[in-house]
Amino acid sequence: MKIFAISILAMCAGGLLTSCNGSQQKNNDSELSGAVQVDGSSTVYPITEAVAEEFRVEQPKVKVTIGSSGSGAGFKKFARGETDISDASRAIKAKEVRACKENNIKYLEIRVALDGIAIVVNKNNSWLETITTEELKELWKPNSPVQTWSDIRPEWPSENIQLFGPSTAHGTYDFFTEEIVGESGASRSDYNAVSDYNVAVKGISTNENALGYFGLAYYTENKDQLKLIGVDSGNGAVLPSLKTVGDGTYSPLARPLFIYVNEKSAKRDNVREFVQFYIKNAAQLSKDVGYIPLSDSEYSNTLAKFNAFSIK
Amino acid sequence: MNNARVNRIKDVLFKYFGIVCTLSGLIILAIFILNILIDGVQRIDWSFMSSLPSRFPERAGILTAWTGTFWIFCLTAAIAIPIGVGAGVYLEEYSKKGWLANLLEINIANLAGVPSIIYGILGLEVFVRILGFGASLLAGSLTLALLILPIIIVATREAIRAVPKTIKEASFALGATKWQTISRQVLPASASSIITGIILALSRAVGETAPLIVVGALAYVPFVAKTPMDEFTVLPMQIFNWVSRPQHGFTINAAAAIIVLLCFVFLMIGIAVYIRNRAQKKNPW
Repeated sequence: MKIFAISILAMCAGGLLTSCNGSQQKNNDSELSGAVQVDGSSTVYPITEAVAEEFRVEQPKVKVTIGSSGSGAGFKKFARGETDISDASRAIKAKEVRACKENNIKYLEIRVALDGIAIVVNKNNSWLETITTEELKELWKPNSPVQTWSDIRPEWPSENIQLFGPSTAHGTYDFFTEEIVGESGASRSDYNAVSDYNVAVKGISTNENALGYFGLAYYTENKDQLKLIGVDSGNGAVLPSLKTVGDGTYSPLARPLFIYVNEKSAKRDNVREFVQFYIKNAAQLSKDVGYIPLSDSEYSNTLAKFNAFSIK
Repeated sequence: MNNARVNRIKDVLFKYFGIVCTLSGLIILAIFILNILIDGVQRIDWSFMSSLPSRFPERAGILTAWTGTFWIFCLTAAIAIPIGVGAGVYLEEYSKKGWLANLLEINIANLAGVPSIIYGILGLEVFVRILGFGASLLAGSLTLALLILPIIIVATREAIRAVPKTIKEASFALGATKWQTISRQVLPASASSIITGIILALSRAVGETAPLIVVGALAYVPFVAKTPMDEFTVLPMQIFNWVSRPQHGFTINAAAAIIVLLCFVFLMIGIAVYIRNRAQKKNPW
């Protein structure tokens, strides 16, 4: 009990000290306040959270709030003018563009990072090293006849494949089906649909005949349990990595992550400062949370574009 | 003779069946809690309780999440208890039996079975947009209050129905009015059962995520709410967020946050049980 009381006292003292430091810092810079409201994709959320975390050090009075209700739900709020910035793991759809237009919401699309979709199998899978996009399509298309490995290539074992993938609510599902099957949302339905990728990681790591797809970060964090498969889209197989996703050679399973900024909001000092900070630090922060940064030149172009867009 | 033996065997069998039923629930709960404790307990310290979310799992904390949950709990209780108990008393003591009472009864029973996300959609339209509360603590609490109202109403009615009729009749015989009878005899006598219902309902509200996501609970809020109109996040949102992250450190954080949420619920239930026991002691008969 005593220790507890002492630690509380210490915390209070510590809090006082840091707030003193904070107020000293404030005098140097122009101090901003007010709220910056962000909502949207849960995939982009970790980057925006990291940016908000660092931005707080510079502008402690700006209240940045972030939701993670999903790209679609985020755009709905964005089109009503309820948020300043919308996180999205896909580009805005035509009907969402229309909704923005109806409410007279103008916006700027900003690419902040890249995400590679990894094809992974069990660590002990000895036959699979690379797979072509054609074979992936055969495997994942609606009502696919493929049941065993030998249905894909005759030399592979005739064991049943256990498939893992995201449930239909995920942006990753939309993206994968669009790129591989050719139509967004078209997929075979007899696979283990997970809403939490860590469940897929566990499933694939404990099942020798499993195959699944999810964001590269989930592979990177579980390297010791999974095996990464190279994807061949006609120009030789490529393994996804920081380099191959970043320079575009890992294709087609690499996708850009976006933020959309409301024009009216961008003319406010706090939002403008936040977005500028976002673009300047996106390279490092997106890497910190497991994504792949864009090229430096793209970030500087984006910053110039945003500066022009946010002029009052 | 033979018949009596068979009956005795049945008796013993049922006793063991009962023990197995009780234990299976308890063992599953114990395994779950043990599992969570092993994963998360070493992560809980003061800085975890007093820090904001961070991209580094070891630096991240749940300050705004647990304060948000505390706010939601208090506001939901303040809204749902008077309305729920009031409605229960009315339906049981005042309303006339008839097609309207039947209709109400069926609807309340149905409401208890509606998926919680539907309440979220209702809350978003009515409280957030039409009434203009925004994605605030108040809107979230009102939504959760709606969600648990049927449970409280049903519990109140059952509790009142269990009060012996003779007590009421004695009260009336002494010249007490209806309100005097209800407030001095019926409610004190049924208080302990009503409180049990309220505990169950509020524990459920604290663990809900889906309706709050729809209403607009956020995942990252860098300040502790000061008024019911502030934006908020809650522990289940933070847990959900962390569980789905790729980095293993966040899984540990999620386990730690689950322990905090469990402790919070246990604490609240403890307080309620204490109040209930006192109410039982005061019971005049």
